[in-house]
Amino acid sequence: MRFETAAAPHLPVQASVPRLMRRVLWALAPAAAAHLWFFGPGLAFNLTVAVVTALAAEALMLRLRGRPLGPGLADGSAVLAAVLLAFALPPLTPWWITATGSAFAMIVAKHLYGGLGYNVFNPAMAGYAVVLVSFPGQLALWSVAAPGGLAPPALDVGQTLAFTLTGRLPDAVTLDAITQATPLDAMRSGLAQLQTLSEIRAVAPFGGPGEQAWLWINGLIALGGLWLLWTRAIRWHIPVAMLATLALLSAVAAAIDGDRFPGPFLQLFSGAALIGAFFIATDPVSAATTRLGRLIYGSGIGALVFAIRSWGGYPDGVAFAVLLMNLVVPLLDRHTRSRPFGT
Amino acid sequence: MSVVLEGDGRLAGGLVLPARKAQSASLPIAETPLPAELIYPLGADAGGDTEPAVRLGEHVLGDQPLVRARDGQPVLVHAASSGRVVAIEPRPVAGGEALCIVIEVDGRDERLACTPPNEALLRDSETLEATLAAAGLAGLGGAGFATGAKLAAAQRQGLRALLINVAECEPYLSCDDRLLRERAPAVVAGTRAMLTLTGCPAAVFVLEDDKPEALAALEAAIGQCPDATALSIVTVPTIYPSGGERQLIALVTGEHVPAEGYPPDIGYLCHNAGTAAALATYLETGRPLTRRIVTVTGGGVAQPRNLDVRLGTPIAELIRVCGGYRPEVARLIVGGAMTGRAIACDEVPVTRSTHGVIAATAAELGNRGETVACIRCGECAEHCPAGLSPQLLHGATRRQDDTGLADLGLFACIECGCCDLVCPSHIPLTEQFRVAKRRVWLGEMERERARLAEARYAAREHRLAQRLAEREAALERRRRAARDPAASSAAIADILRRARGDNDPGSRDA
Repeated sequence: MRFETAAAPHLPVQASVPRLMRRVLWALAPAAAAHLWFFGPGLAFNLTVAVVTALAAEALMLRLRGRPLGPGLADGSAVLAAVLLAFALPPLTPWWITATGSAFAMIVAKHLYGGLGYNVFNPAMAGYAVVLVSFPGQLALWSVAAPGGLAPPALDVGQTLAFTLTGRLPDAVTLDAITQATPLDAMRSGLAQLQTLSEIRAVAPFGGPGEQAWLWINGLIALGGLWLLWTRAIRWHIPVAMLATLALLSAVAAAIDGDRFPGPFLQLFSGAALIGAFFIATDPVSAATTRLGRLIYGSGIGALVFAIRSWGGYPDGVAFAVLLMNLVVPLLDRHTRSRPFGT
Repeated sequence: MSVVLEGDGRLAGGLVLPARKAQSASLPIAETPLPAELIYPLGADAGGDTEPAVRLGEHVLGDQPLVRARDGQPVLVHAASSGRVVAIEPRPVAGGEALCIVIEVDGRDERLACTPPNEALLRDSETLEATLAAAGLAGLGGAGFATGAKLAAAQRQGLRALLINVAECEPYLSCDDRLLRERAPAVVAGTRAMLTLTGCPAAVFVLEDDKPEALAALEAAIGQCPDATALSIVTVPTIYPSGGERQLIALVTGEHVPAEGYPPDIGYLCHNAGTAAALATYLETGRPLTRRIVTVTGGGVAQPRNLDVRLGTPIAELIRVCGGYRPEVARLIVGGAMTGRAIACDEVPVTRSTHGVIAATAAELGNRGETVACIRCGECAEHCPAGLSPQLLHGATRRQDDTGLADLGLFACIECGCCDLVCPSHIPLTEQFRVAKRRVWLGEMERERARLAEARYAAREHRLAQRLAEREAALERRRRAARDPAASSAAIADILRRARGDNDPGSRDA
């Protein structure tokens, strides 16, 4: 009898890239639901535009590079990058901004660097950074939080779609009426006007649905992240290092000057720190790959987020922190190799 | 007992795998009938190389050596039954083809008369090594290292403890489990002999915690020993590859064997339980190793079980004894599921290192799926029991960066296969590392050859240049002589003198 041969091991492989990507997407689902609940249907349109653009750009690049379309489109990496970009964008973002960011992420950040596995920069954050510096005005506006409501002051589904597609608001509705500063925005502008933190936190978005929305979304993101840790889709080193560094630095700063530096809780739960720690910085391709390297990589991101938020030009800083640390990855991998057994 | 066990029983890395042992472990070991043909590959091992010691057509007896050393001190191979040498030709073996001695069995099963060795003489390490190599004793755990060489090294270096490996961490395999259940006294006897031979104070049997019956049988056998205090048992969690030699030592003692060294360097020696039993048989009877226990299993064979097999028996015969193939059979594997080799045909013979034969179905093998690019998730490193970073090694193999591969510890890779099973990109990492090792080895050999050739070439060039210079100098001398009238007339006189037959050098100088 003749048999086919193959190399050992002769047991089923236990993981796959598409399964990994799908798991990460599922982990974001509860936070997406909370996002829709508080900020209206904007995220749904952003997701649609970002995902469709990403898949189209992915297909185009795979075709140009002479690669098979099927596995590339099915591996879920383009969808995940698009979803993370959509989460980073304000709910009311004109479609062409979303599409530009998504296309840049796929075409430049991913495929020009060699495609999945070879990209130096986190594609979602590269796409977001490009539209953030290109269209700062449009990206500074965040929807007002209106729990469960699609009525004024929030826009309904049709009005949101109209704004996304044409940038036009219904008559008698001003942009001011439907947007509100995010907590980090409010702190940044308040501090610039020499207000103390306790003064800033006495007014909206603090104390109302604006603050609640961020707590809910970030809480659910943390839960999703813990589920990813539990199922071993990600390892603990990057999120723990990043969050611990950010918390530690903000605790020290708040202890020194509580009027100007928000404490750890506010730092972790009011911006993109948690989604950054569990979902963005853990993108394995652009992150360090050794254990020690990941601890340093995560800490670096945490420290940079703290620095950008405290002294930089943007209210949040996760995207730039991740991109800057992406640059350090080859060095980290080279100098933090594990020790082989018996050496 | 005198050995301190400081291992925390936790393997760095490793994997919990489906056991799949129950199907073969439930039945007792069965005797395999005498096959029509016995096939013996001529092999080389770390000790040396072999050549046939028998001629075509020669009649051989059971236990008669079939090969002799061509160089060094290889472990010899012996006929497992009497018959006639009908072929010395290439035959399929695991991993390709090899020159084999084929014996047509005559059915009389006649044997050479053997006498037990004089154990006192084995206290000399060189005698020990040579005697056990001549008796065909090599590790039965899979790697097949010469038992005599290991014991002799331990005898010279002195041991703190002997570890008897009964972890049997590979899925499917149950030959060591069954061996302990049925023949624990032989294992204990062999272990005690090893202690005596090496002057080692203590032996530790190491079992994975999924073999309660084997454990009980072993405890009973130890209980009947007069020196039971020197023997102890440690159970370790069932995590693959706890039975890897270096992993086992670390698990039990907490110490790491140096990457470039061997266990005796830190005072330990590791032997498989089957090897211990084989040693006991040899010391008792003087008969060389011609049999072993093989687990025949997998969803593709009708009745999985363990067989007591004569070495040289074709695998087809084992399958027949186990009721034949099931129609679902998809792959035939020699060895374990994690490290074994898939073979193309079942005419491959059983050798000393054949601990298992797995007829696997497609469902058991799973579908590896398309290989995609490494996403650097690092799961391979999390599970690597050798502390390597396979994701970085993978990059270095792609770049053929041999210096990088060495820096990353390629040669510490034990080829256990864990990284393959956790890789979401389905990259055949272990196979890549196997190929890379071979390439680096070949490259080193090639460089060595090139270095020698270069030295030879340089020497030749030097020689030729020297000869040319000498010839030039001689020519120049002659030219100068030709220009000088006094010298030239002297030369003519010299020639004339020689023509007259007067070639006395003294008169020429005068």
